Amino acid sequence: MSTRASDAAQLKFRDPTAARALGAAIEKVTREIGRDPVSVMHVCGSHEQAIARFGLRAAFPPALDVIMGPGCPVCITDVPEVDEGVALARQGVRVATYGDMLRVPGSAGSLADARAAGARVDVVYGISQAVELARETDEEVVFFATGFETTAVATAAEILRGPPKNFSVLSAHKYIPPVMEIVAEMPGSRVEGFLAAGHAATITGSAVFEPFVERHRLPVVVAGFEPLDILAGLLRLVELIREGTPLVENLYPRCVSREGNLAAQEQLWKVFRPLGGRWRGIAHVPNGNLRLQDSWAHLDARRRFDIDVKALWDFAAPSLVQQCICGEIMSGRQSPTSCKLFGKECQPETPVGACMVSSEGTCRIWHQYGGHPQLRNVGAEVTP
Amino acid sequence: MCLGVPGRVIEVDGLVATVDFWGLRKQVRLDVVDAPVAPGDYVLNHVGFAIRRIPASEAEDTLALYAELLAKEAPDDLMAADVRGELDAAPRGKT
Repeated sequence: MSTRASDAAQLKFRDPTAARALGAAIEKVTREIGRDPVSVMHVCGSHEQAIARFGLRAAFPPALDVIMGPGCPVCITDVPEVDEGVALARQGVRVATYGDMLRVPGSAGSLADARAAGARVDVVYGISQAVELARETDEEVVFFATGFETTAVATAAEILRGPPKNFSVLSAHKYIPPVMEIVAEMPGSRVEGFLAAGHAATITGSAVFEPFVERHRLPVVVAGFEPLDILAGLLRLVELIREGTPLVENLYPRCVSREGNLAAQEQLWKVFRPLGGRWRGIAHVPNGNLRLQDSWAHLDARRRFDIDVKALWDFAAPSLVQQCICGEIMSGRQSPTSCKLFGKECQPETPVGACMVSSEGTCRIWHQYGGHPQLRNVGAEVTP
Repeated sequence: MCLGVPGRVIEVDGLVATVDFWGLRKQVRLDVVDAPVAPGDYVLNHVGFAIRRIPASEAEDTLALYAELLAKEAPDDLMAADVRGELDAAPRGKT
């Protein structure tokens, strides 16, 4: 990758003039809509990271509310799912999972707590490393799988490839399209359009959102992760809101096609089936969970082991958890700064809720990049 | 965890490609990629798997963000850490 290529892209995607022009256009269109606020939602931790890291909220007009929805797969892993992983580890099974999962609290502690108490918990960066661990030992190794469809296709590929006999999967994989329905239908939802996550849509294709748009009459724009990608996506989104034309538009064609990655979809649905289940703090999401098909029962940790979650319930849940509003934050009804625990009792080192644990959690992102990234308010004070 | 990272294919051996990420060579699996991959192609990668072949003419548009994230050693940069985690997911490739 030549420096020249990077420089060219740098200019194209970071051009401050272009950013200002996009910001001005977003402001104009938002004003023409005439409502305050106009609320739009994105469903991707990486989008929130980019928005916060590059200070993009400073470029949004005050009347445009850009909310992060349930876009952090670790955060929406429900307490009973964490309990299953913790129970397995406490039962003496070796559990491999992503680093972010370690400190996500279950009803009685996290995987990190189980490890501190002597359980075998390995951190891996991907399922292939968990399979390698299994190949090196005779012990049972369970991969505690989390992530959206983007990540689930890797799990599917390893299962189809044929892992060793002592390997199985505890799937907490989630499927994004159904949760958009839930958020759109929530009583009091102000969301007028969605910015869809570029890399999840790489798998599903932009067409997966068409039935949603048809049903809810809300526009969906697929966008990439460069600052100008996000600004361009938001501009198109507010234009569609202004015009009252609910459509799916793909502004990330270099990575997303209409039909998506068909080879990956075929493998995904060969291994997984969608099943309803709770997303932490949000709701029961019909078809929102990805579980192993019956034909892969022999690789399903839920069927291979008698997972005794009830044995965990003798431990009392910490009382602070009752005050955590992660669910309202992930469904876009509250922001981290409305939580009284945020930055006080709840910090990255001592998280109360899952949103403060994961690098893609709204609370963690806001805490890391300055807590309250609504820089436009700072600007408003100095501009009379 | 929903962020893919682009890289350039150096060599293809069955379902495994050696991919260059800013000088770092990694083995990436090709089980789920959407199109045949050849040396010189760019691919978008996630947790050790290529998930899309990026048209070469458009690849450079995708690279700058990651170059910037990887250029600086900022330990508390969550987004940069996620990109490094993505690279750690793939085993080291032939150099």
